[in-house]
Amino acid sequence: MIKVIVDMNLCQSHGECVYAAPDVFELGDDDVLRWQEEVDDSRREALEEAVNVCPMMAIRLEG
Amino acid sequence: MSRLVIVGASLAGLRAAQGARNAGHDGELVIVGEELHRPYTRPPLSKELLTTAEHTVDDHLFPCGDLDVHWRLGEQATALDPEAHTVALGDHALDYDRLIVATGCRARPWSGPGAELEGVHTIREVGDAIALRAALTSGSPRLLIVGAGFIGCEVAASARTLGVEVTLCDVAPLPMPALGELVGERTAALQRAHGVDLRLGQGITALVGDGAGHVAGVELADGSRLDADVVLVALGAIPNVDWLATSGLTLDGGLVCDATLSAVGAPDVLAAGDVVAWPHPLGGEQPIRVEHWTNAAEQGTLAGRNATLAPADRAPYTAVPSFWSDQYDVKIQAVGLPRRAAGWRIVEATPDGDRWMAIGERDGRVVAAVAFNGARRLMVYRRAVGEATPVDELLAAVAADEKAFGSPTGAAA
Repeated sequence: MIKVIVDMNLCQSHGECVYAAPDVFELGDDDVLRWQEEVDDSRREALEEAVNVCPMMAIRLEG
Repeated sequence: MSRLVIVGASLAGLRAAQGARNAGHDGELVIVGEELHRPYTRPPLSKELLTTAEHTVDDHLFPCGDLDVHWRLGEQATALDPEAHTVALGDHALDYDRLIVATGCRARPWSGPGAELEGVHTIREVGDAIALRAALTSGSPRLLIVGAGFIGCEVAASARTLGVEVTLCDVAPLPMPALGELVGERTAALQRAHGVDLRLGQGITALVGDGAGHVAGVELADGSRLDADVVLVALGAIPNVDWLATSGLTLDGGLVCDATLSAVGAPDVLAAGDVVAWPHPLGGEQPIRVEHWTNAAEQGTLAGRNATLAPADRAPYTAVPSFWSDQYDVKIQAVGLPRRAAGWRIVEATPDGDRWMAIGERDGRVVAAVAFNGARRLMVYRRAVGEATPVDELLAAVAADEKAFGSPTGAAA
């Protein structure tokens, strides 16, 4: 499993991660980001894309 | 491939390096950068770096991880010979097997009278932002901004946050002209509500000095004058392709590439970011160029991956452009190709009008969309733009969507 860590002090709800990995990230009605903290290894490529397109560099992966 | 050289050490260059490594490039990797800093993110230059006294470039560096890169920082590529596979760095040459051009843009300077005056700024590099911050935070200067596009509007907002008196000028009738008049009208209202003196629809003919070499104001086309202690020239950007003039590569408002970001006629040269002119599936016949963060990030990644492949195996770059601007408490986001829109309309809005969505349309299809504080809703529109959805179909979908903000017939329409 891959652990997904988002620094919510940095996140500004751009939504690029939602586009890169819609099964992992979503924006709530208030535009605040929600995400799955443990994600299957099969989604690594999409998660790395999410890390790379975050303008705030707020997303980190472990494992 | 044994040696990949990337010219340009900003976002596109860094992502290209990461893309190549992730695709298995285990040979040499060289990044040439004119600036002395490792890659840093530029959006804060018009925002946090201006408003936060203690911020330096170190607060905005990209994590580079374990890339095994040979950095050549503070060096400038001066010529490229695609036949010989060499790039000139001043008076010495560097051989490459494949090369990625990621030289970006520079700020368009003021070309009229007064360009040499002290107190005249542009913003592109971190040092520019720190110099402007110093100018804005000593005494109580009056700032005049020439150009009300993304940078001009964002700096206006940052300067107001610092309590600086701001005049924002543009020859266009509304700010943010790239995003159509709905955004322009609301951005104008937003800037005025925060005390910015907007002077629209009239060009500036000269920057005027105080007789001692420092700027003292500007002269408008009607002969009138506006006083200022600091002037920011925010007239857009120019692609850095001058060094390619003798390369034989096709330069037309940027380095012209095919759909796979490979230079036309020189498949061992690829490119990424602001500098690239490439054919986009949504863009019609003319190549497009996109000067935004996400484009640099995603093109960099793909150019790096494509550089490890034979030309026939390379993937095209087809992502829908997306970009944003932060001004005061508003996040303006856009997707698609706004300049292709023939008209704009607001599709949904909250009752108070603070959050809304607009589309740009052409020939009955959605070609762009803009969100004012509507990040979550933008996902729907991004898909519609990518699929060139008919406008009627999108309107019906939004009308039936219980998550939509609401009918725009109220305050925001």
